[in-house]
Amino acid sequence: MSNELKLLSTKVTAGTMTRREFMSTAAALGVTAAVASTILADAAYAAGPVKGGTFRMGVQGGESTNSQDPATWASDVPLAGGYIWGETLVYPGPTGLDAKVAESWEGSADAKTWRFKIREGITFSNGAAVTAEDVLATMQRHSNEDSKSGALGIMKGIESMRADGDVFELTLAIGNADLPYLMADYHLIIQPNGGFDDPAAAIGTGLYTLETDEPGVRMTFKKNQNHWAADEMGHYDTVELIVLNDATARTAALQSGQVDTINRVEPKIAKLLGRAPTIEVKTTSGRGHYVFIAHVDTAPFDNNELRLALKHAMNRQEMVDKILQGFGSVGNDMPINEAYPLFDETIPQRSFDLEKAAAHYKASGHDGSPIILRTADGAFPGAVDAAALFQQTCQAAGIPLEIKREPNDGYWSEVWNVQPYCASYWGGRPVQDQMYTTAYLSSADWNDTRWKRPEFDAMLLEARAELDEGKRKEIYSKMGRLLNEEGGVMVPMFNDFVDAISTEIQGWETNPSGPQMYWSAFAKTWKA
Amino acid sequence: MHPILKLVAQRLSLGILLLFAASALLFGLTEILPGDAAQAQLGQSATPENLANLREEMGLNRPALTRYAEWIGGILTGDMGNALSNKLPIGEQIGKRLGATMFLAFWAALISVPVAILLGLVAVRYLNRWPDKLISGSTLAAISLPEFMIAYILIFVFAVKLGWAPSFANVPPDMPLLEKLHSISLAIAVLTMVVLAHMMRMTRAAILNVMQSAYIETAELKGLSSFEVIRRHAFPNAVAPIVNVVMINLAYLVVGVVVVEAVFAYPGMGQYLVDAVVKRDVPVVLTSGIIFSAVYIILNMIADIVSILSNPRLRHPK
Repeated sequence: MSNELKLLSTKVTAGTMTRREFMSTAAALGVTAAVASTILADAAYAAGPVKGGTFRMGVQGGESTNSQDPATWASDVPLAGGYIWGETLVYPGPTGLDAKVAESWEGSADAKTWRFKIREGITFSNGAAVTAEDVLATMQRHSNEDSKSGALGIMKGIESMRADGDVFELTLAIGNADLPYLMADYHLIIQPNGGFDDPAAAIGTGLYTLETDEPGVRMTFKKNQNHWAADEMGHYDTVELIVLNDATARTAALQSGQVDTINRVEPKIAKLLGRAPTIEVKTTSGRGHYVFIAHVDTAPFDNNELRLALKHAMNRQEMVDKILQGFGSVGNDMPINEAYPLFDETIPQRSFDLEKAAAHYKASGHDGSPIILRTADGAFPGAVDAAALFQQTCQAAGIPLEIKREPNDGYWSEVWNVQPYCASYWGGRPVQDQMYTTAYLSSADWNDTRWKRPEFDAMLLEARAELDEGKRKEIYSKMGRLLNEEGGVMVPMFNDFVDAISTEIQGWETNPSGPQMYWSAFAKTWKA
Repeated sequence: MHPILKLVAQRLSLGILLLFAASALLFGLTEILPGDAAQAQLGQSATPENLANLREEMGLNRPALTRYAEWIGGILTGDMGNALSNKLPIGEQIGKRLGATMFLAFWAALISVPVAILLGLVAVRYLNRWPDKLISGSTLAAISLPEFMIAYILIFVFAVKLGWAPSFANVPPDMPLLEKLHSISLAIAVLTMVVLAHMMRMTRAAILNVMQSAYIETAELKGLSSFEVIRRHAFPNAVAPIVNVVMINLAYLVVGVVVVEAVFAYPGMGQYLVDAVVKRDVPVVLTSGIIFSAVYIILNMIADIVSILSNPRLRHPK
C-alpha cells in the first residue's frame, strides 16, 4: 500500500496529480494524513530543490533600534539578516566549517600563523571585486583601538594582520588550533573596505541583496544572481524577514500561513503545535545553556563545599522536564556538552542528592544566613520558575536559598557579571576553546564566575596550540572535570533550539550552532 | 480679540510650556534608568574598550545638561537629530511610525466614534429594555477583557480558523489602501471593542442626564417622537461631555496602543518608543514623548473649545 502511495507521490511532484487528490487517495487507502504528508515530503525531497517563490521567516529578536552595521549586532533579527546579505570568511556548517569568502585556509605548525585564501572572482553586491585588503580592513574595523564592535573580545589574541596577494594572513601571540572558528563570528561579515566608509550600507557577498529595511519591522531581499554559488544555493527568488516578537503572534502567523517558518517556539506549546497537519516542529540540540553563576571570589561562594552543596541540591531533570518541557538535556556544571567537538563523555554526571547536599552544606560551616540568588524573566526563558524549583530542593537539603527577582530592564548591566550569584544564559560557542576563553580564562572580560586559576589558564593555552586531537581531548577533559568539581558555574540544563516550519518547506537540516539551521534555512531549503 | 481666539492663544502657550516641562521630566527619568545606550547596545558582549569607544562616539561622556540642551536646540531649529542606536534620522523614522499609528487610529476612530454615539442614543431610546441591556452588556464585556486577550481570540477565530484576515498587520509602504485595511482589520476591531464601551456609556449617561430636564418633558408633551427629542433637544446639550470622552479615547488610540501594536506586530509609535527605552536611546525617547504629550494637549484643547462653542453661556460670557 505504501509503495502504491510512493508511486502516486512521484506523480504529485511531477505535477500530474494535485496534492489534494493525493491526500484523498491516501485517505481512501486508510493512511492517516500525517503519514501521507511524510510520504509526499520524501518524494518532494527526492525530486530535488525547486527554484522560485518567497521564503517568509517570522523571527523573534528584532528592535526598531537595529542597524545594518555588523559591529552592533546582538540579537537574532539583525544577525539573521546579515547572513542573508553577507558572508564571513568561514561559516559554522552542520559538520565543521564551510568555506565562504575564504576558499581554503591553513595554519602553521605552531598554529600561530593562519592564511585564508580569498575565493577567486567573487564580487560584492555593488559589483566591486572582493580583495584580501577588504578582508583585512574588515578585521581591523572590529579589532583596532577605536573599535565599538561586539567582536572586539574575540579579536584580542591577534598580533598582526596583513593582505598578501589573494591571501589574508594573521599572526597570533599564542597559537590557536581553533582560530578559523573565531573568523566565523557573525560580526565579521566581509564588507567593502571593511565597512569603514559606510558600515550600515548592507553591501556584502551574500546570496541575496537587501531591498527594503524597516528596523524592527521587516527586511526584504532579492536573489543575487552574481553569487559564486547562486546555482546550488538560494532557491527562493525573494526572502522576507518579518519581526514577530510576540510568541502568540509568531505561532498564529505560521498557523495562518502568513510565514513559512518561525524561531523560538515556546516549549510549552511545541508539542501541540506539532500536531497541526501543516506544521512541523524542528528541534536542534545545541551548545546553548542556562546557568546559575556564583562568583568564586566572593563570600559565601568562595567556599567550594557550599558550591558543591548547591550543585547537589539542584534537580536538573525536573528543570529539563518542567522548564524546557523536555526540549533540552541536563547540564553537568561545565559549559560543554556532547554538541562540542572533543567532548569527553566519560565525565560523571553530577547527581541530584539531597543527603550529599546537606553534608556539603554542613561541611561548609555556613552561618545559615540567606544565600541570595538573583533572577529575572529575561535571564533565560523560565528563569524565575527554575529559581523557584531550585529553592524548593535547596530547602529540602536545609540550604537557606533566597530568590531576589530583578527587573529585566538593565539586568545585563546591573546584575549579570556584577552581583555574586544570579541566573543567566550562554548561547554557546562553536568550539571548547572559544567558550572557555570567553568566560573562564582569568583575564576574560566576561569571566562571570570570577574563575581565576593559573593551572586552568595554562591547560587552556596548552590545548589551544596542541594540534594532536587526542591530547587536546585529554586536556579539555581535565578542564571540564576541574570546573565540574570546583567552578562557580552551575549548569542545570542545555536548551534545544525549537523552530517550526510549514510542511511545504523541504531540505531542512539541523545545525548545532543555532536556530533556523543557524540562519541558513533561506539558503538551503525550498518549497515543494 | 475674540474670547475664543484669546482662549486658544492662552491654551497654546500653556501647552508649549507643558511640553518643555514634559521633556525635562522625561530626560530626568531616562537619566535615572540604569545603564546607557552603549551598554544596552553591546549587552553581553561589552568589554571595557568597546564600551568606552562607543560612549565616546555616542557622546555619552558629556554632562547631562549639555546633552539635553543640544537636543532642545535641535528640536527648536526643526532638527530632531539621529538615533544613538542605529544612527538613522529620527525625524524620518518617526514620520513613518507616526503615519502608521495615525492610519490605524484614524480608521479605528472612524468606526468606533459614530458607532459608540449611535449605540448610546439607541440605548437611551430603549432605556432599561433589552436593546439597552444588550448594548451595555456586550460593550462592557468587551472592555473588561484585556485587549491582548481580545486580540488573541480574534486572531484565533478569524485568522487561524477561518482564514478571513491576516494574523499580523503587515503594511509595507507600497501596499494599496484596500489591502492595508484588510491587513489591519483585526487590529481595528480590537481597538474599536476596547474604546466603544467608554464612549457609549458616557453618551448614554450624558443624554440621560439631560433627559431629566423639564424642557425634554415639554418636548415630549408637544408630541415629538422620542428619537426627535433626543436628536434635537437632548443631544446638543450633551455634546460637551461626549466630546470630552471621545477626545480621551482618540488620545488613547494614538498613544495607548502599544499592546495592540505588539500583538499584531504593527510598526507604530508605541513599539518604537518601547524599543528606544530598552536601548536607552534618549533622543528617540524624548522626541516620541514630546509627540505623545502634544497629541494629548492638542486633543484636550479641542475638547475644551468644542465644549465652549456648544454652550451658549460660555460662548457669550457676560
